[in-house]
Amino acid sequence: MSLTDTDTARRTGVRDGAIGTNAARPDGVPKVLGTFAFSNDLHADGMLWGATLRSPHPHARIVSIDVSGAWKVSGVEAVITADDVPGAPTYGLITQEQPVFAGDVVRYVGEPVAAVAADHPETCRRALAAIVVAYEALDALTDPEAAIAGAHAPIHPNGNVIRHQRIVAGDVHATGGVTVEGTYEIGMQDQAFLGLEAALALPDPGGAGVELYIATQWLHEDRKQVAACLGLAEDKVRLVLSGTGGAFGGREDISLQVHTCLLALRTGRPVKMAYGREESFYGHVHRHPATVWMRHHARADGTLVKIEARFVLDGGAYASTSSAVLINAVTHTQGPYRCANAVVDGWAVRTNNPPCGAMRGFGVVQACFAHEGQMDKLADACGLDPVTIRLRNAMRTGDTLITGQPVESVAPVERCIRETAALPMPTEPIGGFDGDILRLPGGTGRTADSTHVVRGVGWGVAIKNLMYSEGFDDYATARCRLAEGAATLEFATAEVGQGFVTIAQQIARTLLGVSEVLLEPMSTRIGSAGSTSASRQTWMSGGAVDAVCRRVRERLFEEVAAAWGVDPLRLVVDGTDVVDTMDAGRRMAVAEATAGIVIDETCEYRHRPTEDLDENGQGHCHVAFAFVAHRAVVDVDPELGLVKVVQIATAQDIGVALNPLSVLGQIEGGIAQGLGLAVMEEIVITDGRIRNASFTDYLLPTTLDAPQVLATLIEEPEPMAPLGAKGVGEPPCISVTPAIVAAIRAATGRALERVPVRPQDICL
Amino acid sequence: MSEPTNLHYRLHVNGAEHDVADAWLGESLLYVLRERLGLPGAKGACEQGECGSCSVLVDGVLLCSCLVLAASAVDRQIATVEGLAPDGSLTDVQRAFLDEGAVQCGFCTPGLIVAVHDLLDANPHPSELEVREALSGNICRCTGYGRILAAVQTAAERRSEP
Repeated sequence: MSLTDTDTARRTGVRDGAIGTNAARPDGVPKVLGTFAFSNDLHADGMLWGATLRSPHPHARIVSIDVSGAWKVSGVEAVITADDVPGAPTYGLITQEQPVFAGDVVRYVGEPVAAVAADHPETCRRALAAIVVAYEALDALTDPEAAIAGAHAPIHPNGNVIRHQRIVAGDVHATGGVTVEGTYEIGMQDQAFLGLEAALALPDPGGAGVELYIATQWLHEDRKQVAACLGLAEDKVRLVLSGTGGAFGGREDISLQVHTCLLALRTGRPVKMAYGREESFYGHVHRHPATVWMRHHARADGTLVKIEARFVLDGGAYASTSSAVLINAVTHTQGPYRCANAVVDGWAVRTNNPPCGAMRGFGVVQACFAHEGQMDKLADACGLDPVTIRLRNAMRTGDTLITGQPVESVAPVERCIRETAALPMPTEPIGGFDGDILRLPGGTGRTADSTHVVRGVGWGVAIKNLMYSEGFDDYATARCRLAEGAATLEFATAEVGQGFVTIAQQIARTLLGVSEVLLEPMSTRIGSAGSTSASRQTWMSGGAVDAVCRRVRERLFEEVAAAWGVDPLRLVVDGTDVVDTMDAGRRMAVAEATAGIVIDETCEYRHRPTEDLDENGQGHCHVAFAFVAHRAVVDVDPELGLVKVVQIATAQDIGVALNPLSVLGQIEGGIAQGLGLAVMEEIVITDGRIRNASFTDYLLPTTLDAPQVLATLIEEPEPMAPLGAKGVGEPPCISVTPAIVAAIRAATGRALERVPVRPQDICL
Repeated sequence: MSEPTNLHYRLHVNGAEHDVADAWLGESLLYVLRERLGLPGAKGACEQGECGSCSVLVDGVLLCSCLVLAASAVDRQIATVEGLAPDGSLTDVQRAFLDEGAVQCGFCTPGLIVAVHDLLDANPHPSELEVREALSGNICRCTGYGRILAAVQTAAERRSEP
């Protein structure tokens, strides 16, 4: 099935709103009306505002904190520091090592030092300005290589190396006739979700507990960390998902959750905290900047023999998910290509740079930029074109990865490449048929001349693991209540914009033959759904909704079969009816069958177990994989260094399209983020300081940067997936970046081993 | 907050008069709409006029309400996303956004809806480039803009239908 800009392929022959249709989002109407309540839209009577004081230093000892000035500002109700954290002083996703407030030392610019609650945001700002912190500056560690070399004293009790992982596979002495080598750099990218961090905390009377309305990716993980820091039992901390304006990994870590609850408990009043954009750049983790060296050995015909690689990921001041990001990076060294032999060395290190953690693609973005650059070098060295070299090495189901893990997933790599190649190239000339300057690199603000502009084409192909890895007990919970012809679903799955709420309704409609599917608020009232991360919710929470709806349907069949005096195994749901397959005349509307009864079930879904990697990087550490290919067409003005991405063609391995329009939205959105990393997005750091913490200076793709997207959905159902559907969120943003850079290389002849590609990289 | 410059003024929003009492002079129009008048449709995402999430019309001019002092909008007609379809129905632009899958997280959506109405009211048949230029001040991080551009095209086509 092929989707283009104009063909959104509405399917026929399927009931409205069922699986496989472009069912409408249940939150769509309030979102277009402007009435959908995002976390920053929440309000409570008597509410105070909270705000955070942050470190101006990348590394310094806190000599003293004098908060007396803040108390003199009229309207201030609370001022808190590290001394006021009643429970665990630190938190974290994997290791709990990041302070709620810095105590004796600050380790990055922007680290929280104190917080205030007051009657107005402006009062908060003045109170923060009145807090006097005396710092003694310390030598800042900002070079990741110095962390590896042990050249700097530990900046944290847990040391300067967060994780080191090797992979040694096959014959480490194997060689081929051809060797290519490169060192690739990936800049620090920001998730830049539009809906800034915000939360509203409501304290229980007497401070016995707290209710937190929060935009997050994983309510239960937040609750675990928040409760520990508050010194409260988990059942005294209730989290409810509020409207979440995007996430992309940037809401996996705690930001303002603990601070907001502390201020609410301290004042006994509702407290709202809301970051501005600058603070958001300091308040969440970013994509790891990385340096990746790779050397590929191949036979003269381009067949890969061995890969050597070294990854250095700068984790910044605190661990966050760095160790897991590193594992993803090193285990994706080979890309979607067969290779028996490998020696890989990977480091995730601590520095006094901003903390880095999860962002869409999670380590694989960094690996892919390097391995795709290498495949193009290999193609050149072997006299092959970019498509031939990739087809020659394309992975298939049953191949063994360099970790020793077999690829059991459907692996249509060759099909992804061939179907991408089959999509049409742009027909319009450089500058378009109308010659409008807006179509040229740089648009109206620049001076590109179409006679100087060169067009280039480049390729990228990717493999991405799905779900959590390395033995993590990953599960999702869902509840279904069927009564009076309507289903009600409950789950704690964080809806961050991806559309799981739509998919959940589609599953219930399809399995239960109902049209009306109500959704309970997403909260910690029910069991965990796991994180909205790692392309996992369609598979995991979808699996839980699928399982619970099947259980409810079994009980419905038992009820109907008892009334009919038949074996329940004879019954099926056909459209909106329960039907006896052995007696075609006997059917009953689900609405009628559920009159006067209530069926209420809860199920957990787990994927198969995974293993840790051993010291040689061997182990079945991932659950499943998805694949994607991208072809980029770019126009470049080589003299000005300006780039216009004209077209992206892609074919993505998705298993099954549960909602084709939603899949297309993920593909187009991911491509825009990958384009951003390729040519404009970077958090610029000097001596540990962010230089561009604003949307004026951190450049994001706009409508004028968005390329034409041609997309083909490869539908080969995944046998391991409960609905046959693979996660689709991450693959679109991964190989598009190297494809665009390859196209710029093709247009300019420049080596371009760093992203984002800057004008000076092209023209100087 | 206690402040010697506490202000009282009135704003005309979506055809209705609103009293603003005990306000600080430094409050932006975005803040007052959201926090004092109960109109949270305009969103704040950059505070710099870069992202368009806070788009409103003031005397018919599309602008970023984060950059306007609320007290400077006295005696002007302010229109927000909440005023587009006051009876709870959907405008053609809102319906097109839903039909074409232009909504994901939805945070940029109200600002875009206001901006697209402004565009189509002035230019019912914009070219693709005119659409892209008109919306280039509205950042969306989820969709990559493909479905948004399709929605504008659909809304424009439906307006042309007899």
